[in-house]
Amino acid sequence: MTPRKRLMGLGAFALASSLVLTACGGGGGGEETGEGASTGIVTVGNGEPQNPIIPTMTNETFGSKVTSNVFAGLVYYDAEGVVHNEVAESIESDDNKVWTITLKDGWEFSDGTPVTAQSFVDAWNYGAYGPNAQNLSYFFEPIEGFTDLQLAEDQLDAEGAPKEGEVPASKEMSGLEVVSDTEFTATLAQPESDFPLRLGYSAFYPLPESFFEDPEAFGEAPIGNGPYVLETWEHNSLIELRPNETYAGEREVQNGGVDLVAYTDEDSAYNDLLDGNLDIVTNVPASAFGTFEDELGDRAVNQPAAVIQVINVPEYNEKLSGEAGLLRRQAISMAIDRESITETVFSGSRTPATDFTSPVINGWTEDLEGNEVLDFNPDEAKALWAQAEEIEPWGDEPLFIASNADSDHQSWIDPTCNGIRDTLGIDCEFDAYPTFDEFLDARDNEEIKGLFRGGWQADYPAMSNFLGPIYGTGAGSNDMGYSSEEFDAKLKEANGESDPDAAIELYKEAQTILFQDLPGIPLWYNNATGGWSESVDNVVFGWDSDPILYQVTKSE
Amino acid sequence: MLWYLGRRLLQVIPVFLGATLLLYALVFLRPGDPVAGLGGERGLPEAVQQQIRAQFHLDQPFIVQYLYYLKGIFTFDLGSTFTGRPVSDVVVEALPITFQLAIMALVIETVFGIAFGLFAGLRKGKFFDSTVLVFSLLLIALPTFVTGLVLQIVVGVQLDWLPVTAGRDPDFVSLLMPAVVLATTSFAQILRLTRTSVIENATADFVRTARAKGLSGGRVVNRHVLRNSLIPVVTFVGVDLGNLMAGSIVVEGIFNINGVGGTLFNAIQRGESVTIVTLSTVLVLIYIVANLLVDLLYAVLDPRIRYA
Amino acid sequence: MPENRYDKAPRPGQDRYVAAPEEVKVGVVDAVSTDTAPSSMWQEAWREMSHRVLFWVSAAMIVIVIVVAIAPGLFTDQLPRSGCDLANSLLPPSGEHFFGTDKNGCDIYTRTLYGAEASVLVGLLTTTFVVLLGTVVGAIAGYYGGWLDTILSRLTDIFFAVPFVLAAIVILSIVPSRSALAVALVLASFGWTTIARITRGAVLSVKNNEFVTAAKALGMSRGAILWKHVLPNSAAPIIVYSTVALGTFIVAEATLTFLGIGLDPSTVSWGGDLSNGRASIRTNPEIMFYPAAALAFTVLGFILLGDVVRDALDPKARKR
Repeated sequence: MTPRKRLMGLGAFALASSLVLTACGGGGGGEETGEGASTGIVTVGNGEPQNPIIPTMTNETFGSKVTSNVFAGLVYYDAEGVVHNEVAESIESDDNKVWTITLKDGWEFSDGTPVTAQSFVDAWNYGAYGPNAQNLSYFFEPIEGFTDLQLAEDQLDAEGAPKEGEVPASKEMSGLEVVSDTEFTATLAQPESDFPLRLGYSAFYPLPESFFEDPEAFGEAPIGNGPYVLETWEHNSLIELRPNETYAGEREVQNGGVDLVAYTDEDSAYNDLLDGNLDIVTNVPASAFGTFEDELGDRAVNQPAAVIQVINVPEYNEKLSGEAGLLRRQAISMAIDRESITETVFSGSRTPATDFTSPVINGWTEDLEGNEVLDFNPDEAKALWAQAEEIEPWGDEPLFIASNADSDHQSWIDPTCNGIRDTLGIDCEFDAYPTFDEFLDARDNEEIKGLFRGGWQADYPAMSNFLGPIYGTGAGSNDMGYSSEEFDAKLKEANGESDPDAAIELYKEAQTILFQDLPGIPLWYNNATGGWSESVDNVVFGWDSDPILYQVTKSE
Repeated sequence: MLWYLGRRLLQVIPVFLGATLLLYALVFLRPGDPVAGLGGERGLPEAVQQQIRAQFHLDQPFIVQYLYYLKGIFTFDLGSTFTGRPVSDVVVEALPITFQLAIMALVIETVFGIAFGLFAGLRKGKFFDSTVLVFSLLLIALPTFVTGLVLQIVVGVQLDWLPVTAGRDPDFVSLLMPAVVLATTSFAQILRLTRTSVIENATADFVRTARAKGLSGGRVVNRHVLRNSLIPVVTFVGVDLGNLMAGSIVVEGIFNINGVGGTLFNAIQRGESVTIVTLSTVLVLIYIVANLLVDLLYAVLDPRIRYA
Repeated sequence: MPENRYDKAPRPGQDRYVAAPEEVKVGVVDAVSTDTAPSSMWQEAWREMSHRVLFWVSAAMIVIVIVVAIAPGLFTDQLPRSGCDLANSLLPPSGEHFFGTDKNGCDIYTRTLYGAEASVLVGLLTTTFVVLLGTVVGAIAGYYGGWLDTILSRLTDIFFAVPFVLAAIVILSIVPSRSALAVALVLASFGWTTIARITRGAVLSVKNNEFVTAAKALGMSRGAILWKHVLPNSAAPIIVYSTVALGTFIVAEATLTFLGIGLDPSTVSWGGDLSNGRASIRTNPEIMFYPAAALAFTVLGFILLGDVVRDALDPKARKR
């Protein structure tokens, strides 16, 4: 859903937005609700959105639970992550570069104004325009003319801040062209075969005219075209979503509305669920990992999510790069008993990783070439480490695993280190940073002492989303400084491939390159862990770990 | 007395300036880059980061940032959080509920602390005294994140006696459990302070005199022993109001209360200086008022203390 | 204040109580020894204490804790952070693991012993810092009064404004390692204001006593009066507060760890283990019992010692 954003909430006991839910058909789908109409209000544990409710600003799950239900994009994802047209009639291209998008008739925003091609083009241009400072602006980067909407190099001062009075060359991307009320074209800078797949993401939603008159007011009381309207937003406590009478799409609302209740602590939300004060919990607290499936029975969900946890290896660390460094990376990876840690520490709420993506992503497989380096193999690990020692001794200093400590990472770093210590005979320590931004700062400034934790949550259900943004040369989240021409070329080839299956094969080949270089050591996939009360039915958690709210039924 | 009161109130001004300056300096010294942290693992686009820095004057030197804040105070515009909400809204939202919670905790710990401390002191070394000691050790040895969660599961979920969480618009009943948890550590302090003062004063000359004069046992305890024992207790309670309001981070989290502790903690984690400084300053004002009341109470409790 | 209201005649039917002569023991008060040199209050206190059983009991408890803190290896042949095997996760107590094992399969008995060092150090250092700074500031403010009181009290107010989480993040980023000393500094930075207020209050109520006036009349210097008469007589609330606070400081380390701003994660401590145990609270709450019990034992030792010291410093109690 969003790039593994950190939750700004109460660190240690926050509803970590990384712990998201997925699960295909994990819910009691298809059950009859019994007698009585399903008109009840479904209460769902959530948190305070960290931005105004503007689609191009929403980069975390608390806010995206609102935008995905209040807005309807060109396409939407079903529970399995399969793309269906929503406002779009068709999205077509001959060359994966020029896309022609036609819209269905009869769509309206909840204020009665029509949803037209212009609603999309204006929204995208607004999102891309540099001075608007939209969090998700980078999603428009592939569209031709994006750079004209940003300040040029010579318009910035030495520190990178805009000079007084400078504005970008254009306010509109040259790649977007409105043909008629129901048709527009998007021209990309280079071919991207998975472009239609991205269009269900929050950044690409349409905006009504009223937004542009007063974006600030809109952010407090958004007007959308989705299955729900936002009725009230009591900050830090409650968001009320009610069915949108003018909604024209397939996501038909089956309940009387949804109340998103803000929590700062997973334990309290879970205890409220147990006590019957809350209908759906989307994150089970660590303290209940071992018990929630017994306590909730078939009202519990626990399946892999589109989230992967990795320990990354900075290329600037001399001991961990070069020939000896590569042996060490492999040895460290083989010294981690993923099976035991996910079973014991996480009570099965994590799934050992077998690749760099996630099991909910189309094309995922357990049998990827080169992934045997992820198997726990102490003997091989010792042998590889010994080989590295012959090339260059490690010395006395500990191997550090760095992470922010404001949410609970010690629980897995400790046993991971215990394993490394016992297997490789070196010391291993948790290098704890008090806050997330201090941790990021150290990563940006290349000050990390050893390995560092990385977590990634998919924005849209595609393999490319797990690879390019993290391991591509110079990519935004590539804090390792990893750069492989071979990998970059393979990604580019995959992006240009029109046949989805052939593209997936290319992405797999790209991953094999990663297994050879190990810029990151995959650990496990987070599971979606959630549950619901007896008073609701038809609860299904989507690929993005959020429950599909419109189809939940609840009788009063 | 009025002169004393006026002088004390005037002293709020230098305290306010000193506290805000110190807080700003600390936020400035805080490591990391708050803006870089806002976008999570992916980070925000550079243009967005620059815009936020400019908006919150984070690109300016420390003293300039501070002066902007002071200017905001005098123009009644406290500024906004990183997410664009006015800080004044955030304060108004969080303060009343935390104040209610803190007062409830304060009443609980004071009433029980003094009552138990009084009896323990009058029966020094007896069974009751030892039992109370063991009980307070238990409360000291367990952090609130343990007592709070256990109480929530047992009393809230299993026994169903009290609401599990306080939620929005909490009433007296739903705040009862968090208030009890919040009161636990200070309860032990008040109890021990009362007990000791009682022991000390029960043997003091003026109590003997009172007894020798023929005053009744109950009256001696009431008028002499207790009143003079209260000075350290009252001092502690005055300070504790401030501690309870700022330090309820964990309890607020467990019981889902949208209060000062959590908001402040959030802001510190994020490096959101306006929120940190504004909330802390409000807390220090409450603390000052509470301590002023305590100082005035000294004169009531002990006639020998006078203020010019 | 109408001080003489108790002199009123009792209401009809009110119980009269005339203290028996043996309770007042005027003779004891009058029997002043004139053939030995007057000893200082502190010396007398020591003589008094050494005759109390409770003193030796509490001292023994503290010595045990300190010996464990200095040399935990004397009591166990295992190490707290090695030999942890996930296959041994959450074992019940046995001959091999006296207290069982924690979630990571580490021996709880060994971890409890090794946790003493950091925890006791945090508790003692913080208490020392807090008492030194708080007592000095509070005593000067209370005793000298006037503008000195104003300045010191307002300074206390300003420092109170600093939220400890902020102080912790800043201090931990400045110090080279997240040692017990660093954590003690964090805790002390916000803890000292309370004890300063308590000391000030106690000194205020003591400084107008007859014996202070008498000492003044005898020509004693103000500093000497403060040290020899006012402070010993104000000591009770300071001692009581700081012995209980010692325990709360050790627990506060657990909360700091829980919030991610505690001791270095490689340090074994009771607070750290309490914080780690939280994830098992629904299934295995018993693993938190051992660090909590060790903590309670330590605090009990200091509370009992504090009681004895207080009794010894209180001349009224002694003459009984």
